[in-house]
Amino acid sequence: MTSTTSAPPAQQPKSRPGDRIFAGTAKGAGILILIILAGVAVFLISESVPALTAPADEIPGDGGLASYIWPLIFGTLLSATIALLVATPLAVAIALFITFYAPRKLAAGLGYVVDLLAAIPSIVYGFWGIFWLAPRLVPFYRWLEENLGFIPFFVGPVSSSGRTMLTIGLVLAVMILPIVSAISREVFSQVPTLHTEAALALGATRWEMIKMAVIPYGKSGVIGGSMLGLGRALGETMAVAIILSGSAAGITWALITSANPQTIAANIALEFPESTGLAVNTLIASGLALFLITLLVNMLARWVVSRRADFSGAN
Amino acid sequence: MSAALAATLALAACGASNEETDPATAAEGGSGEELSGTLVGAGASSQQAAMQGWTAGYSSIQPDVTVNYDPIGSGGGREQFLAGGTDFAGSDAALDEEELAQAEERCGEAGIFELANYIAPIAVVYNLEGVDELNLSPEVLAGIFNQEITNWNDPAIAADNPDATLPDLPITPVNRSDESGTTENFTEYLVAAAGDAWPHEASGDWPVSGGEAAQGTSGVVSAVSAGNGSIGYADLSQAGDLGVANIGVGEEFVEPTAEAAAAVVENSETLEGRGEYDFAIELARDTTESGNYPIVLISYHVGCVEYEDQETADLVADFMSYAVSEEGQQAAAEAAGSAPISDNLREQAQGAIDAITAAG
Repeated sequence: MTSTTSAPPAQQPKSRPGDRIFAGTAKGAGILILIILAGVAVFLISESVPALTAPADEIPGDGGLASYIWPLIFGTLLSATIALLVATPLAVAIALFITFYAPRKLAAGLGYVVDLLAAIPSIVYGFWGIFWLAPRLVPFYRWLEENLGFIPFFVGPVSSSGRTMLTIGLVLAVMILPIVSAISREVFSQVPTLHTEAALALGATRWEMIKMAVIPYGKSGVIGGSMLGLGRALGETMAVAIILSGSAAGITWALITSANPQTIAANIALEFPESTGLAVNTLIASGLALFLITLLVNMLARWVVSRRADFSGAN
Repeated sequence: MSAALAATLALAACGASNEETDPATAAEGGSGEELSGTLVGAGASSQQAAMQGWTAGYSSIQPDVTVNYDPIGSGGGREQFLAGGTDFAGSDAALDEEELAQAEERCGEAGIFELANYIAPIAVVYNLEGVDELNLSPEVLAGIFNQEITNWNDPAIAADNPDATLPDLPITPVNRSDESGTTENFTEYLVAAAGDAWPHEASGDWPVSGGEAAQGTSGVVSAVSAGNGSIGYADLSQAGDLGVANIGVGEEFVEPTAEAAAAVVENSETLEGRGEYDFAIELARDTTESGNYPIVLISYHVGCVEYEDQETADLVADFMSYAVSEEGQQAAAEAAGSAPISDNLREQAQGAIDAITAAG
């Protein structure tokens, strides 16, 4: 009897301490991330409560919480949307060039350079934007005002320093370019060779092959990548705080004047150091709004990607 | 007590032939003796650079004393000091009534001292090709920053500058996008001096929307430098190559200098009804006196007249003596570009510092 108890049946693998420790730590890490996320949410909500319940005239700006946060949400969404509109086509074009057009040697180097853009700290983009890009955009903005001033986006007076909503949109576009193009590239490179070769065999040109085989296959991956980029653009703080001249009283669609709506993250960075009491709660409440927006964007991205999970290479 | 004992021991060690020194007299000796310990302060970030100058200079005199200053902001600095967390506070504003009541709990009957040890002139900087000298009366200045006067060839500006050729160019007023003491002092000045031309209240957050907003002093300076026709306000020491406007005071236009800034502080009234050593002042922003430059930022050092233990009292008194001394003010001027305080202010401050004692 002793021999049967000491030697377990062959079907049941022996549980070694290493297995148990590894399973435990992996499980712990998984639970920890949930706890951290829940902790952040609880903190944001509990610290926002004083601002949510305070009378309107005690909130900075005297107009109540909604009128304080709404222009910030607008500014955040506007800058991120410009960034996305500029970056996505560019990123897709870069990805297509690297995967299908560029010579193999050049492709590897180019992919590396684009990835390198992601490694530049955002404060450096801020300096680049304020000292290099913004002054060079001023003549272009003047031209826009003169020739396209009838469009609400391009009404004057043009900012004399170029630190405008359009500038920050372009800087954010450069910042999110690497992540969008990296994911697009990944998806495009996973297009089954059978599909592309079949398209070419039917007499399609390279462009037709991309249109018929690559784009439909990679669409969801590109959308997922842009949503991740959007998440970064929404939360970008330092570059916006440095570059953007956020002095608008409320909502404005003008993109090239000195009066622009501020973004949530930049506003927190600018106002927090000298804030006390309810002003801090108000800032945290605006942070909660940003948290919810990014959560929505990420969930949307998940949903889009999972909807086409069968085709996508992103899962 | 330990500092007093340490001081006694140190003195005894230095002069072997000396008689035994009474701890009380040794402790009251003020500067000159070797002190050791840690002094903790917190408060206004405006005087952070000056504080670095002071701590660096002080450490060469008292190498065993560590001074830690946390630039968390004026409000936070006062709060921490009143809660007993720090030995002294740096604050851009004097304590209000409520805080004075709290100070009585913190410091006892003897009350607090408030010394305006940091004076920084705020310059109106501009970028206008072909105009090397610009005079602005308070009303015109308010009109420009309130965006009522929008072009450099406005007759109101021309009236202040009969000799200058002013271009037909839109004015871009540049303000701080972050909340700041510089903005607070600048708007306070406009409220006091410009009358109806400035309809807004004094505030650390810039009250007029639609201008060019930039982060921090460096942001304002770079925004003004970037655009021809821009005008902004910034710490004088940071003005660099930009034009600096002369501000109308009474009948004349005064250039911002360290002397003119120190003069306005000296000519300001001390606030009544506060403690004996509480030298909180009501800045004479609307001064008409010749040679006074009224747009200044002052930052106080706030501490107790009576501390609970001798060590802290000695350290605070000794450090403050250094901060107000000619040498200390020079160190701050080099580190932060501040205006050294006048001899009269120094005398007044030294009187308060000499009164710092320990309870019991």
